[in-house]
Amino acid sequence: MEAFVSLAQGLSVAIQPMNLLFALVGVLLGTAVGVLPGIGPALTVALLLPVTFKLDPAGSIIMFAGIYYGGMYGGSTTAILINTPGESASMATALEGNLMAKAGRGGPALATSAIGSFVAGTFATLGLALLAPYLVDLAVRFGPEDYFALMCVAFVTVSATFGDSPVRGLTSLFIGLLLGLVGIDILSGQSRLSFGVPELYDNIEVTTLAVGLFAVGEALYVASRRHVHEEKLEAVRGSLWMTKEDWKRSWKPWLRGTLFGFPIGALPAGGAEIPTFLSYATEKKLTKHPEDFGHGAIEGVAGPEAANNASAAGTLVPLLTLGLPTSATAAMMLAGFQQYGLNPGPLLFAEKPDLVWGLIASLFIANGMLLVLNLPLVGLWVRLLAIPQPWLYAGILVFATMGTIAANPSPVELIMLTVFGVLGFLMRRFDFPIAPVVVGLILGPVAESQLRRALSISLGDPMVLLQSPISATLLCIALIALVAPFVMKGLGRFKAVED
Amino acid sequence: MPSQHRRIDVAGLVIALLLLALAGMVWWDMTKLQLLSPYDVGPKAMPVIVSIGLIILAIGNGIAALRGDLPERDSLDWKPIILILGGLACLIILIAIGGGFMIGTAILFATTSAAFGRRAFLVDLLIGAVIAVVVYLLFAKLLTLSLPAGPLEHLL
Repeated sequence: MEAFVSLAQGLSVAIQPMNLLFALVGVLLGTAVGVLPGIGPALTVALLLPVTFKLDPAGSIIMFAGIYYGGMYGGSTTAILINTPGESASMATALEGNLMAKAGRGGPALATSAIGSFVAGTFATLGLALLAPYLVDLAVRFGPEDYFALMCVAFVTVSATFGDSPVRGLTSLFIGLLLGLVGIDILSGQSRLSFGVPELYDNIEVTTLAVGLFAVGEALYVASRRHVHEEKLEAVRGSLWMTKEDWKRSWKPWLRGTLFGFPIGALPAGGAEIPTFLSYATEKKLTKHPEDFGHGAIEGVAGPEAANNASAAGTLVPLLTLGLPTSATAAMMLAGFQQYGLNPGPLLFAEKPDLVWGLIASLFIANGMLLVLNLPLVGLWVRLLAIPQPWLYAGILVFATMGTIAANPSPVELIMLTVFGVLGFLMRRFDFPIAPVVVGLILGPVAESQLRRALSISLGDPMVLLQSPISATLLCIALIALVAPFVMKGLGRFKAVED
Repeated sequence: MPSQHRRIDVAGLVIALLLLALAGMVWWDMTKLQLLSPYDVGPKAMPVIVSIGLIILAIGNGIAALRGDLPERDSLDWKPIILILGGLACLIILIAIGGGFMIGTAILFATTSAAFGRRAFLVDLLIGAVIAVVVYLLFAKLLTLSLPAGPLEHLL
């Protein structure tokens, strides 16, 4: 088994003391920042990206992995205790989890979500390790036209197929693609949409966009509707430990959640909402205690939370093997790689096996650390939730602006941050999804260069896109995924469960 | 369909017009580019795709607005938005004129805190300043990142 040899090699990288320390710092930072209300894993990574960019690449990518997994754990704590999921993937967890917390069973809810995340994370990371070599073998055979077609699939599924409104999702995507045009075109050396502003020649920073949309946008949005919507923190009362009954009711949902989460996350199908709500619906149907649903059923926390984590690990499959981010968080991870001039994909597996397999191995370690840290320390994390809301958001904005100017010391960068913040506010207010903007910005230029490479090889003949069987198939899938939501109005129903 | 569903959404129409304006801007910018190679589709192809896509989406959003299909919105409180944007503006101006980031950061902290309903502006200004110092030391000394320095930063 080639995967296990590589994994063992990766493990020897991951257990070096410095890398263990990086993983630990990442896990701690990720949990601490992720636990803060309104901050999901994507913003956690975005906020912490500038802080890491002078550190050693291998170490800080291991740290990102810790931040990524830590942010997921932290996010579920917030979802259970305040019912303000930082992102849509925690929405299903918040449904029953918050009811459990209200009923004084917050402890077992947190425990089942932590252990479920561990189980799902471990199995899904194993899946990643086993699947990656095959996908890499497949990906080396991809020509530029195939890559372009693959990106079209990702664009459509991320923005249109599963959202509330395909028109609003595609609008978000095209705003992202527009932002991706800004700057100097590498192939021809001409500047586009730069209007003579030097800061715009170097393209728009993904971190500035993400921090603006997520941090500033969220702060503006929450502040503007504070008078209608007040958050309430549920105290963790009673025992933290799960009873024998809780274990019995949890283990099957964990495994089923993993089975939903990993494949859907690994396909470029975008987002963790679908597996989490599928898992929620399944557990609701299979439970032996249907009377508990709506009053805090532990199955309704265990399943979706496992699905959420498994799909997060699943999104690393297309990210690492194809360089294809299918969620906002994966896009931020990609930005983390690009910060060091590393491009995930089959080449990275060939050129830097130590780094890639070290990263995968350290995902196992981070996952184990999180379990150990989260169960006994949950009281400490919960105390972070007691930070008064004004100071919390003021602190977030201070850190967001400082991170932005530390990465690019220029007032223009801050003006962009503010503009993206206003954009994020408007998008939240009018219910446009945010993730497609980030994916569009980061993937748009890549898709363009693959398209142009394909067309220059074919001497400008666009039929090349349909002559390659891989590309033709993928473009067909993209077309179906684009048309389907207009034909069948039902696909958005996964999200409607929240009501 | 109930009658309130048929009301035209003015904000939605404005969004559609903005998208149309963006499409126009991308198209106008594209016309100034030059094609260098006869075999490459060149730098113009992607702007054309984006521009056409935005026009179609502007129409789609416009139809949704005319039908009143936009999601429900809460009433809006403008004061906190102005406070937060004002704080950001102060920070940007102070950095642009070489005042360093610390004073601006303290102001941003205090205005944001006020936007979320605190009424202790001076105390918050002080807290913001302390946070700015801590973060400055952390970023500049420990992580060797450069932050824009003004008179106050040179004292540290």
